[in-house]
Amino acid sequence: MTKKPGVGEIQVIARQIRRDIIKMLMISKSGHSGGPLGLADIFASLYFDVLSIDPQNPRWEGRDYFFLSAGHLCPVWYATLARRGFIPIAELTTLRKINGRLQGHPAPPWTHGVPGAEIASGALGQGLSIAVGCALGLRLDKKPNRVYVLHGDGELDEGQIWEAIMTAGHHKVDKLIAIVDRNQCQIDNRTENVMELEPLVDKWKSFNWHVLECDGNDVAEFMQTVRQAQELKGKPSVIIAHTLMGKGVSFMEDDYRWHGVPPNEEQGKQALAELGPTPYGDFVEFDWERQPVEIGVK
Amino acid sequence: MLKYQSRELKATRLGFGETLVELGHENPDVVVLGGDVTGSVKTDLFMKAFPDRFLSVGVAEQDMMGTAAGLAVAGKIPFASTYGEFAVGRPFDQIRQSIAYSRLPVKICASHCGITVGPDGATHQSLEDIGLMRLLPHMTVATPCDYLETKKLVRASIGWKHPIYIRFFRDNTPVFTGESTRLEIGKADTLIEGTDLTIIACGLQVWEAILAEEVLASEGISVRLINMHTIKPLDNNIVLKAASETGAIVTAEDHQMQGGLGGAVAELLAQNIPTPQEFVAVRDTFGESGKGDELMRKYGIAKDDIVKAARRVLARKK
Repeated sequence: MTKKPGVGEIQVIARQIRRDIIKMLMISKSGHSGGPLGLADIFASLYFDVLSIDPQNPRWEGRDYFFLSAGHLCPVWYATLARRGFIPIAELTTLRKINGRLQGHPAPPWTHGVPGAEIASGALGQGLSIAVGCALGLRLDKKPNRVYVLHGDGELDEGQIWEAIMTAGHHKVDKLIAIVDRNQCQIDNRTENVMELEPLVDKWKSFNWHVLECDGNDVAEFMQTVRQAQELKGKPSVIIAHTLMGKGVSFMEDDYRWHGVPPNEEQGKQALAELGPTPYGDFVEFDWERQPVEIGVK
Repeated sequence: MLKYQSRELKATRLGFGETLVELGHENPDVVVLGGDVTGSVKTDLFMKAFPDRFLSVGVAEQDMMGTAAGLAVAGKIPFASTYGEFAVGRPFDQIRQSIAYSRLPVKICASHCGITVGPDGATHQSLEDIGLMRLLPHMTVATPCDYLETKKLVRASIGWKHPIYIRFFRDNTPVFTGESTRLEIGKADTLIEGTDLTIIACGLQVWEAILAEEVLASEGISVRLINMHTIKPLDNNIVLKAASETGAIVTAEDHQMQGGLGGAVAELLAQNIPTPQEFVAVRDTFGESGKGDELMRKYGIAKDDIVKAARRVLARKK
């Protein structure tokens, strides 16, 4: 891509990513629906505007580092990586399949995983420590690269997260931007029923972070908030991005029961109808009279 | 007569701390993480020499391992160090996912390992760490036997491309290895040649085995002694050669019998040259407070236990 797409085009890309997520999950018959759908706008914004990256050279030294701490959200990441050119779009048929690179929870390419992943994630709560360490290392080398890390809100129950929040505040790691997917849902129930997170903004602030909030399903607002965070100095920044779990699929929206299950064929069909086609086209067309046919992956 | 002499008493942890400073001068990418026990594990030496490259993470070992992984992603050479129990037991999942599965060349350096940490009692006596680390794919596991070998091992870890766990100890212990002996990760050293049986020891049990050999030699028993400083990858060749040439094996370690050096040796032998083997190790129990040498005797991992194990294995040898 030679020129960055505008907000309108990123919204269309996000819609296509949602379609890709639904199709991937229908094929794999296993994986997480709600969180990934809610994050399509954020991932499209990050990979088609915010991040300095080179899909042809995922290990490019000048890259911004992106860590997905909540590994189960990977369907949205894989779809985004495919649409951005890190992996072939057709490879999305291989989610969670043997001999594939799209592990159920992500891993880096040197351990069965996917180009663009720097580390493994899946066991929750580990990504922030890694992001802090990476940012500290870059700072020691006086490099300008930024570090982004994305967390689920339920993930914040993990104690290690708060250790890392403390470490980042202590070391004033200001090239670090954490993003919290605040969709209020986790696998068992709504977050505040499982473990109260509020007052979440005050908690991060009291650990010496800059805290910003935005609508994580509003591409323009999210990108503006990121740009604001990039300008903040002296402390790490966190963006509490309020999102709607299952966004774009009426029967999944804001329903925690869609955390960890895929749509069945009928539900998937309805979801695709609600999302509507885009000019980018799907990676596999379903013939509803037959089982989905996989297409070759190079 | 002892085949090796103790030239002085010096702590393995001191060898670690001193070598970090040397490496800090030689390589600007070396960084050290501190978990609030820097004086104990001797990373305070590095902290004073290179304050910018010393990163305190507080008493937060899970975060320490993740931060170390992140530093490795950024191209640094991170050393994460604390007491054995807190370097392994506490952050096992972090080591598994963020370091081992992610295959990042982090150096996890654990001091105060084994029962010889003594008076602190069972909470601080890591007797499971070799087993836990050995279970992890991609992980290298090494444990030096004295101050000098610690220095060589820590230095060798710099060029090692895999995650590595290095296990050492608190107490001042005999320094007996040679200044000029080369150490190669994954290649064990035969300290004494012998034909009747082989003692394969690691860590502080290497010295105990040297003491035991003297007793056995006085009884006319020819003992081969191997210092297995790298437990994973195990030096298969030296073990199989010892099994075929001496036909009897004793393993000795300051660790639970399950999963440690003895287990590694047994797994190899069972698949290749089934050989009578006796284990000198802690037997499925927690420790207690006491002096290091008292505990080694009470929990059956001292010189006399090696001597007895050698006699037992000889009785089983066909």
